[in-house]
Amino acid sequence: MELVSQKSMSADHALPEALRTAARSNNACVSLRNLNFYYGQTHALKNISIDFPDRQTTAMIGPSGCGKSTLLRVINRMYDLYPGQRAEGEVMMNGDNIITPGTDLNRLRRRVGMVFQKPTPFPKSIYENVLFGVRLHEKLSKAEADERVEWALTRSALWGEVKDRLHSSALGLSGGQQQRLCIARSIAVRPEVLLLDEPTSALDPISTLKIEELVDELKRDFCIVIVTHNMQQAGRCADQVAFFYLGELVEVGPTSQIFTAPRERKTQEYITGRFG
Amino acid sequence: MPNEPKHIVSSFEADLKRLHDMISAMGGLVERAVADASTALIQRDTELAARVIEHDPKINAEQLAVEQTAVKLLALRQPVADDLRHVIQALKVATDLERIGDYAANIAKRSIVISQTASHIALSGLAQMASLVQQNLKLAIDTVGESDPQKAISVWRADQMIDDLYNTIFRELITYMMEDARNITPCTHLMFIAKNLERIGDHATNIAELTYYAITGENLPDFRPKADNTSTYIHTLNQ
Repeated sequence: MELVSQKSMSADHALPEALRTAARSNNACVSLRNLNFYYGQTHALKNISIDFPDRQTTAMIGPSGCGKSTLLRVINRMYDLYPGQRAEGEVMMNGDNIITPGTDLNRLRRRVGMVFQKPTPFPKSIYENVLFGVRLHEKLSKAEADERVEWALTRSALWGEVKDRLHSSALGLSGGQQQRLCIARSIAVRPEVLLLDEPTSALDPISTLKIEELVDELKRDFCIVIVTHNMQQAGRCADQVAFFYLGELVEVGPTSQIFTAPRERKTQEYITGRFG
Repeated sequence: MPNEPKHIVSSFEADLKRLHDMISAMGGLVERAVADASTALIQRDTELAARVIEHDPKINAEQLAVEQTAVKLLALRQPVADDLRHVIQALKVATDLERIGDYAANIAKRSIVISQTASHIALSGLAQMASLVQQNLKLAIDTVGESDPQKAISVWRADQMIDDLYNTIFRELITYMMEDARNITPCTHLMFIAKNLERIGDHATNIAELTYYAITGENLPDFRPKADNTSTYIHTLNQ
């Protein structure tokens, strides 16, 4: 009887065949197949296939320049703003391949919210910040607008702190509060997917935990993809973790498996700090 | 661990190595205790037996030290993947080793009674069992920190022979007791000694299982060859 499985630790960062041919999961909200991305001549994402399941959090980890943020930029087609950048392959969202030229970008960006590393409040009131995206897509009455602001701020765990000063400037909020305001602004348009690009890297530990708690809360309603350099953060808030290296998806799996017994040696070396 | 690039933070690497060294040192103490207890029994050396009993608290203190180091490492370094598995292994192996130390001390205590009462009962079966147990224990302790899971598997399997020998000794001792009621006291002690040796063998397989887990991240199956059937043994007069 051969007890030692040979599957563990395949050679370096070769993508296992099983991953390439992985069946589309039934509850995938965003489903990538053979995605390639180019910054001019630079091949930044190589043949990525991964599912981001609905109502789950996926964390993407990997060293700087491995393609995590590029992948986020593909999902809401932010790369369109820059000439010379192009994507090939499939990014399926509810049956549409969103990287085809015919995609309505305004509609796409309503479906896909994004929060960046540094809080980006607009120099307007808290109230107007929350409604900024909503006003582009919907005509709301005053009552509906009030209701939407309260809903978004409550969902982003900020309502209690700002309900008495909704009309004062968003710039007066602390960094952690500003970041939660940006999350409120993103979810106010009721997107399907929420992309978070290192949302806590500029925050103190308590604000960080508040955002993580929020992510846990929000995944009941959204598909969340978070890019993080903080391994413990990935462990704390993600359901599945994907490890990227040099533009390739090395390994994706349930969080507990990735952090206790990763299949790939490269993943192990990265998460234990034995890299390069 | 072997064949792996060094950790970027060298003090973390040093902490992991220290934990491993502590387990090796504790393993050495425990091996010594089992060897001395066995010798004390076979050679009826009561002084050696007394020394084993005296040294047991040292093993307990080592276990505590391993636990404290491991807890500190978990709290301050938050190890993951194979680092995490090696810390967990150290924690659990220390518990196994501490139990083995207790069994050795118990064998030593009983060996003092044996040397005072039962000069006529042959101990060759127990001597053989003790040497097999020591051999397996040494191999098990040596697997800790190894990178080859096959070694752990062979230790895990070797326990079968110890169980077989235990069954034989069990029957033999019952025969002595039936021959002469005056044998009952020493034979009962010998039976406990055999049971202690058998339990030490089981803890050695635990250590091998933990090594296998630390290396592969997978558990060995539940169906380890278990051949101690004395718990269902019934002796009839016609046998």
